[in-house]
Amino acid sequence: MTENEIIPSLTKVFRNVFDDDTIVITRRTTADDIDDWDSLEHINLIAAVERRYRIRFTMKEVSSMKNVGEMIDIIAARAK
Amino acid sequence: MKELEYPFDPALLLSQRKRLRRELTADGKKRIKKKIAILGGSTTNTFVKMFDLFLLDEGIECEFLESEYDRWWQDAVFGSEDLNAFAPDIVYIFTSWRNLERFFPQTGEKDGAAKHADECLAYFTKAWDALRERCHCVIIQNNTELPPYRLLGNRDCWDENGSTLFIGKMNLLFAQYAQTHGSFYINDLAYQAAAYGLEAWHDLQAWYMYKLAMKLEAYPSVAANAAHIVKSVFGKNKKAIALDLDNTLWGGVVGDDGVEGIQIGRETAASECFEEFQKYLKKLSKTGVMLTVASKNDRQNAIDGLNHPEGVLRPDDFIVIKANWDPKDRNIADTAHEMNIGTDAFVFVDDNPTERALVSRSVNGISVPELTTPETYIQTIDRSGFFEATEVTADDAGRNDMYKANAQRAQRQTEFTDYGEYLISLKMTAEIKPFNIIYIPRITQLTNKSNQFNLTTRRYTQQEIEQCSADKDTLTLYGKLTDIFGDNGVVAVVIAKKSGTNADIELWLMSCRVLKKDMEYAMLDTLVAHCIRQNVKTLTGYYCPTAKNAMVKELYCDFGFTKVSEDASGNTVWRLELDGYTKKNRYITVED
Repeated sequence: MTENEIIPSLTKVFRNVFDDDTIVITRRTTADDIDDWDSLEHINLIAAVERRYRIRFTMKEVSSMKNVGEMIDIIAARAK
Repeated sequence: MKELEYPFDPALLLSQRKRLRRELTADGKKRIKKKIAILGGSTTNTFVKMFDLFLLDEGIECEFLESEYDRWWQDAVFGSEDLNAFAPDIVYIFTSWRNLERFFPQTGEKDGAAKHADECLAYFTKAWDALRERCHCVIIQNNTELPPYRLLGNRDCWDENGSTLFIGKMNLLFAQYAQTHGSFYINDLAYQAAAYGLEAWHDLQAWYMYKLAMKLEAYPSVAANAAHIVKSVFGKNKKAIALDLDNTLWGGVVGDDGVEGIQIGRETAASECFEEFQKYLKKLSKTGVMLTVASKNDRQNAIDGLNHPEGVLRPDDFIVIKANWDPKDRNIADTAHEMNIGTDAFVFVDDNPTERALVSRSVNGISVPELTTPETYIQTIDRSGFFEATEVTADDAGRNDMYKANAQRAQRQTEFTDYGEYLISLKMTAEIKPFNIIYIPRITQLTNKSNQFNLTTRRYTQQEIEQCSADKDTLTLYGKLTDIFGDNGVVAVVIAKKSGTNADIELWLMSCRVLKKDMEYAMLDTLVAHCIRQNVKTLTGYYCPTAKNAMVKELYCDFGFTKVSEDASGNTVWRLELDGYTKKNRYITVED
């Protein structure tokens, strides 16, 4: 998958998890940019992304992901 | 809410939780408010969020308090400021195999296994006893799922030091505590993990990273199970099933195929499936669930179908049989009326999606499970938890007989033109006495499920009922009514608190199955007699209106009490001077 294919579907995942249809994500988006993105919702978000793209992040990936851009790169490399 | 009905989609519940919660709380439903403390041996916030959804759906709005990570035992045993101030209605100890791991016997250890089990039990018992002592509330405790690996392979299940054997033993010991202590319930994590599949359940990454005891997607089913326990404790169980016949209780259409043409018995795979479903329903009725029929059929065809030689359920197993061509929503409303229970106490089981849609839309509060193929009927009803049996009393097993006796009473009534003569002919006797240990589970159950003839609708835990019974300043009475058609069991409960020469009636309830029998007068007569003996001179009664108890709005007026006050929401206070009281019961011989 390419980044351009991923961004619209990933936006939908974010909007669902945070119940906010105004969310717009970019490569630079981090937890600081979204009000409700606390540790609980982080778990939910990761799981929802994994389900959407049928991938499983490794522990190392989850711990080192710094922003949405890095998430997109992993999805792009692994999702079919 | 459709999304929360079995079989729900865990991924949807997790990822759209906020939307679902928003929609649930905006539905305008009136909900009871409760407080639940979660003492977790792992991270519990995902669990709580799911628990919250299922409880809201059951009409229970909860405030939650979560213990800090892995402080559950300390909080239970020593208490904490937060927990004490919170005053929970329920404490839920959410543990998993992780919290038992340190008690596991070591491989090769001699005679150590029994000691480990004792230590582990003592550790948990200390927490339970401390909570019972301090919080006087309901306790829910997880039992334990099998671990993700087995050091000894299959030998683990029989070697005295095996970990799977150890967990089995601990589950048995937890069960024994539940059997011997009231208001203590187990959420069967062992069953839920097995149903989910251990391979999928254990997610070590989720433990290492987030300290989640199981895979994220397993939490909704654990929360649903825990919610079944809670709604049952708070009297929100279903009581009856309205069953369709053709293609629901048997294969085929009895009106078209004839009795010999319907599928039931052992002849074919299809007939065996319907036989097992009938067997399941018969067993369910023995636990106190009441069976009724709502079928579009000529009555005679329906009865003939139920008398099929290979069938399990017989016409006698049903309290009401409605087999006619009227719309089913009307039939169910009539059935509920005849049985004196709300339509919201019903589950409607029908293979036809059109009937399901009609009933679900037009019958208030009824549950209508989505049925697919006949071989899945049992699982769908079972997993929905409609009849979660937190208490099973002798009364439950005999409930179908009691309602049938009621039908006989109704029949007899038609033989009399004078209602008083009918009551005399019943030769009623009542036993009205202070609470007695053998009736405490039934009394507790009544306080939690009576809605209509209930003046204050106060709910009590078994422990609270025990306390009332032991307290010398509390007057308690239960009433048991028997007549020529049989024993109705315990049907009336009164609790009054003495202060000086007055007694406040904080609970007055009666089962609707004995309405208009003078039983409430017999209870009042006995209450007054007890009061006078204990030098009480006035009785104060309270009526707190709910959606369901309008029938007793003027009960105290009828009793001869004087209204003292009424507030804006319709709560009324009543007083009766006991001096010069005259007995009101005319038809019941009372033993007290």
